[in-house]
Amino acid sequence: MDLDPDGIFRDDSGSEDDLLREKESTKDFSVYLVDASPKMFGTVATNEVDEMGETFFHAAVKCISESLKAQIIGRSSDEIAICFFNTREKKNTQDLHGVYVFNVAERELLDRPTARLIKEFSGIENSFIHHIGSRYWIEPASRENSLYNALWVAQALLRKGSVKNVSKRILIFTNEDNPFRSISGAAKADMIRTSLQRAKDAQELGISIELLPLSSKEFDVSIFYADLLGLEGGEMPLFLTSADEKLEDMANQLQKRIFSKRKVKTIMFVIASGVSIEVNAYALIRPSVPGAIMWLDSVTNLPLKMERTFVCADTGALVEQPRMHFQEFNGEMVKFTVEELAEIKKVSDGHLHLLGFKPLDCLKDYHNLRPSTFIYPTDEEIIGSTCAFVALHRSMVRLQRFAVAFYGSSTHPQLVALVAQDEIISSSGQLEPPGMHMIYLPYSDDIRYPEELQIYAGTPRATDDQIKKASALLRRIDLKDFSVCQFSNPALQRHYGILQALALGEDEMPNVKDETLPDEEGMAKPGVVRAIEEFKFAVYGENHDQEEAAKKGSTTEASKKRKAIYEVALKESASYDWADIAEHGKLKDLTVIELKNYLTVHGLPVTGKKEVLISRILTHLGK
Amino acid sequence: MARNKEALVLVVDVGPTMHDILPDIEKLCTMLVQKKLMYSKNDEVGIVLFGTEETKNDLQKEVGGYLHVVVLQDIKVVDDVTVDNLRELPRGTRNGDFLDAIVVGMDMLIKKFGPTNKGKHRLCLITDAQHPVKEPDEGCKADQVNTIGQLMKSHGVRLDCIVVKVKLARSVQQKAADENIDLLNQFSKNTISKIIHVDGPTSLLGALRTRNISPVTVYRGDLELSSSMKIKVWVYKKTAEEKFPTLKKYSDKAPRNDKFATHELKIDYEYKNTEDFGKVVPPEQRIKGYRYGPQVVPISSAEWEAVKFRPEKSVKLLGFTDSSNIMRHHYMKDVYVFIPEPGDTKAILAVSALVRAMKEMNKAAILRCVWRQGQGNVIIGVLTPNISSADNIPDSFFLNVLPFAEDVREFQFPSFNNLPASRQPNELQQEASDNLVKMLDLAPGGQEELLKPELTPNPVLQRFYQSLFLRSKHPDAQLPQLDASLLRITGPDSDILPELNSEVDNFRKQIELRDNPKKRRSTKRALLEKPSGSNEEAAAVVQAIDYHNAGPSAVKVEKIGSSNPLKDFEEMMARRDGSKWVEKAIKEMQDHIYGLLENSYKGDNYLNATECLIALRNSCIREQEPKKFNDFLHYLCENQKTLDLRDFFELLSSKNITLITKTEAADSDVKMEDAKLLPLKNEIISQE
Repeated sequence: MDLDPDGIFRDDSGSEDDLLREKESTKDFSVYLVDASPKMFGTVATNEVDEMGETFFHAAVKCISESLKAQIIGRSSDEIAICFFNTREKKNTQDLHGVYVFNVAERELLDRPTARLIKEFSGIENSFIHHIGSRYWIEPASRENSLYNALWVAQALLRKGSVKNVSKRILIFTNEDNPFRSISGAAKADMIRTSLQRAKDAQELGISIELLPLSSKEFDVSIFYADLLGLEGGEMPLFLTSADEKLEDMANQLQKRIFSKRKVKTIMFVIASGVSIEVNAYALIRPSVPGAIMWLDSVTNLPLKMERTFVCADTGALVEQPRMHFQEFNGEMVKFTVEELAEIKKVSDGHLHLLGFKPLDCLKDYHNLRPSTFIYPTDEEIIGSTCAFVALHRSMVRLQRFAVAFYGSSTHPQLVALVAQDEIISSSGQLEPPGMHMIYLPYSDDIRYPEELQIYAGTPRATDDQIKKASALLRRIDLKDFSVCQFSNPALQRHYGILQALALGEDEMPNVKDETLPDEEGMAKPGVVRAIEEFKFAVYGENHDQEEAAKKGSTTEASKKRKAIYEVALKESASYDWADIAEHGKLKDLTVIELKNYLTVHGLPVTGKKEVLISRILTHLGK
Repeated sequence: MARNKEALVLVVDVGPTMHDILPDIEKLCTMLVQKKLMYSKNDEVGIVLFGTEETKNDLQKEVGGYLHVVVLQDIKVVDDVTVDNLRELPRGTRNGDFLDAIVVGMDMLIKKFGPTNKGKHRLCLITDAQHPVKEPDEGCKADQVNTIGQLMKSHGVRLDCIVVKVKLARSVQQKAADENIDLLNQFSKNTISKIIHVDGPTSLLGALRTRNISPVTVYRGDLELSSSMKIKVWVYKKTAEEKFPTLKKYSDKAPRNDKFATHELKIDYEYKNTEDFGKVVPPEQRIKGYRYGPQVVPISSAEWEAVKFRPEKSVKLLGFTDSSNIMRHHYMKDVYVFIPEPGDTKAILAVSALVRAMKEMNKAAILRCVWRQGQGNVIIGVLTPNISSADNIPDSFFLNVLPFAEDVREFQFPSFNNLPASRQPNELQQEASDNLVKMLDLAPGGQEELLKPELTPNPVLQRFYQSLFLRSKHPDAQLPQLDASLLRITGPDSDILPELNSEVDNFRKQIELRDNPKKRRSTKRALLEKPSGSNEEAAAVVQAIDYHNAGPSAVKVEKIGSSNPLKDFEEMMARRDGSKWVEKAIKEMQDHIYGLLENSYKGDNYLNATECLIALRNSCIREQEPKKFNDFLHYLCENQKTLDLRDFFELLSSKNITLITKTEAADSDVKMEDAKLLPLKNEIISQE
């Protein structure tokens, strides 16, 4: 139900910026094709012989179930299907050998993930060998091409939905870079040809095929998969994962790639008059919030439909959606049409205009309003964009500068800082992608100066000794490898934990650990305690705790007054037999002040009319 | 809201050196009063001008002196007249004495409000401060400033000075200007005063806070370093976006002569049962449903309250970390400031020690914040040090909100170094880019930083308030254009230096940009095909495939052209993204063949047509569509008279092109022996 297809009323809903929200209109349909050949059950080669390594299959299952959980929170409209190939058993609509489509009750084969699916899939490893089994089909004797079969099944699963608003993907998880190694001759050539043709057919239907290679040794894409995916020479390196990775890292890598990159928008970046390039904007950081609620009829549990009507406050008449708005100003009613309001906001042409460069230290910590947007160049429409962008990026990184630009979106034009981010790679892959971060700058009206509210002629400053003690403290409580996304949001985890339990009909409410609490154990270490005590002594002096306690003990003016009132009330009300008066309905004969005495003594609110007071007393007496 | 009522005296220098900038000062001051008219109608404003030829103020009448200071308007509640007064300020002829003017302004405030200290009092001085103030009768200038400062402090008057940088009239006056700045700085010793230097119209418009929002603490309480060490802090918002005002919806239903009509529209929401259509469900019968994937779980508010996450109100330290561990782009929201509890010396010292140690060691602190009891979530934030710039302001911290694991999407992007050479800049291009970055400098050394966020007004709001005021006077007026002094914010400087221009030219020359012809077309077509929805959406769909996944995608053939019909036909037949293409290809091929035959002159197109027919025949066999071909051939037969195709059919039979038989395609109803006879048979029939 789109009430406002033209977006004209977006101004009413506040800061609904186009870059802030990802487009919900585009959906992702994905089929996870998981290789279940015996090779996948091999353990990752580790040096320690005695240690039971984890299997590749385990890594694949783990990362899929993790990403399903993330997906149900983040993008629950996406649909997925899970499909194993090289299995002993078969289960698919085409009845092809070696392909097993995994599903749970109350769910179509390609559907949104459900609580049950996640639960059963996470535990599939235990029963896998027994129920589904592993078998490598591509061998001279069998004449079966399980990869071909798998692609066919996947393509059939992705039949629904139009390519226009759905992006369809097949993700292949395998550790076999040469699937046809055991066969040779014409049979091999034929199998390769048919597999490639199958992939090409799928791609022509608008299905993209991605490979998530798992391997302890080099996974050589060029043997077979480069052709299957239709890769070009320059694009290979992305797929090469380094050799001796830990499985954990591998799962991390997979998880990063499992979600397709979603572009929010393509923006024209005007560097100078006559030099405009194109960049794609991505939302890498956006607050995840609990999903929208729906109103249900509590009797039937069926969803309710909300209807909005406009009522004229003067006449009570029902009116159409108004085109005219007004603002009271200086006692007058100043009217604007919806179009005029949009026109006022349109101070620029929707492009990103470069204004100039500044040293990085001009960007203060408080120059922030909203989450940033990541931009990466595209040559899709203007060839040379990437080249120009990379040149600027390198200059900015080298000269330690950020760019100031004006992003003239029609709803929320804003001054932005473009901070060039160099690529950061660790052994486990890319940590920070190369590109620029667009940081929304405040205007002068948005910055406040509360720290200047209070001024003292001789504001004390810390002495060198105090600073030294503080430094010692900093060194003691140091989070060495802090990374911003190490905590999961306890509120969100709890929210979805509860929902998951209820959705599965479990009685037990999950106990979600709050990772954001301080490390009590670490804080209790003697070294830390000592550093804290020394710092405390340096800034607070010797008898701080006693002073504080004393301060708490001494009563303030207000509490003295409160106490006095209480005592007077106690004395006054003691002379009445309240129960008796109430019994005989005589409460109404007392004055309000007398009634209030009772209320004060019993700590009840003393506000309201006489009848309210009486009824409150009666309730309190239990009548 | 009398508590927040403000009395403001604008003290404006209108001397000759100010004339150039006066139009912008007029704009700034009218904007200020206009916003007061909208948001704080009870505020009072007085106007003092100095540098004028004439003299008109109470002090001159009472004690003499105070020449060339004019009280343009006494302190009174804001109204249209105030706006009109400020709209056209008189141009003065004298070099003004700002100290005299401040004293006159102070005198007005004191006379008006006396010793009662109700509301806020503010003086706002706008000057270029380049003319020397005259020596006082007794003591020195500094003493005089001190006396005035004391007076301001005792009356709780705030001073905002906006010093406009203009070209100095004569170089000798540099000394006087420096002395003046020193004098103004001296005010800040014992009063709440602030000096803002502005260098042009753009920053002037942003220099004055035009709307007063009384700050409210987000949190008052302990910053817990550990269970035994706590610092008392107050937390405020440091940045908060000033939103575009929400206008009320207008209803024209009220009768014209109804003077008391509110013309407001109310919005009613009704919840209706989807099954039993039209039946309104009362509020008490509604229950909230929470989505979990495709499932909707109904939970009543009471149940939800019982199980939901509920942290204790507190601000706890998790630890310190190197500031390099936190990227600038991870900052999520508007910013908070932590100040030590006012008046608590211990807290001020503790904060100060931490701030300075953190700055020195380049560290940041990670906090877990729950501002209120009963708040349903926690915030993980990064605390960064803010060393106070003024002697009388305590050190403080800034807090930025960091993302949780759920908030981060780690997409991977190709490394720039791995891009193909054609997408990487060569040395010349890199040099041109370096020079551009160097030359387009907004913070050149020794000068004021340009486009400082602190001094940059919001162009949209500026334009809205202008429009509002204009419309209140002339309801039918056209919307005003964006003010010229604001264009610097929305686009590059129009009058840039010539040497800069050459850098831009060089960059333009080095970086060759051209349209990608294929993609251009496809986008446009997608736009045309999309009946509704925004352009962006359509474009997004077309480009949804990442370029490294897309590969060499060619433009798909959708029509059979005349240049290479056979190829077009084959490609169309090969398309698998929809069954309609096969049908379309066959239809178009038939049309093409018919066209060839129709336009043939003495059989010159026969060979082409035959080739096409062979291709069509083969495809129809492959796609199991024999009927399409056979019907077409029959159709040609029927028309062979009109088109004179006798020779063509002879050609066909010589090449053994027949109807598609049952052996070739199962769906065909033509037997082997009948196939060849077709043209002949027809001939016979037609002869009969």
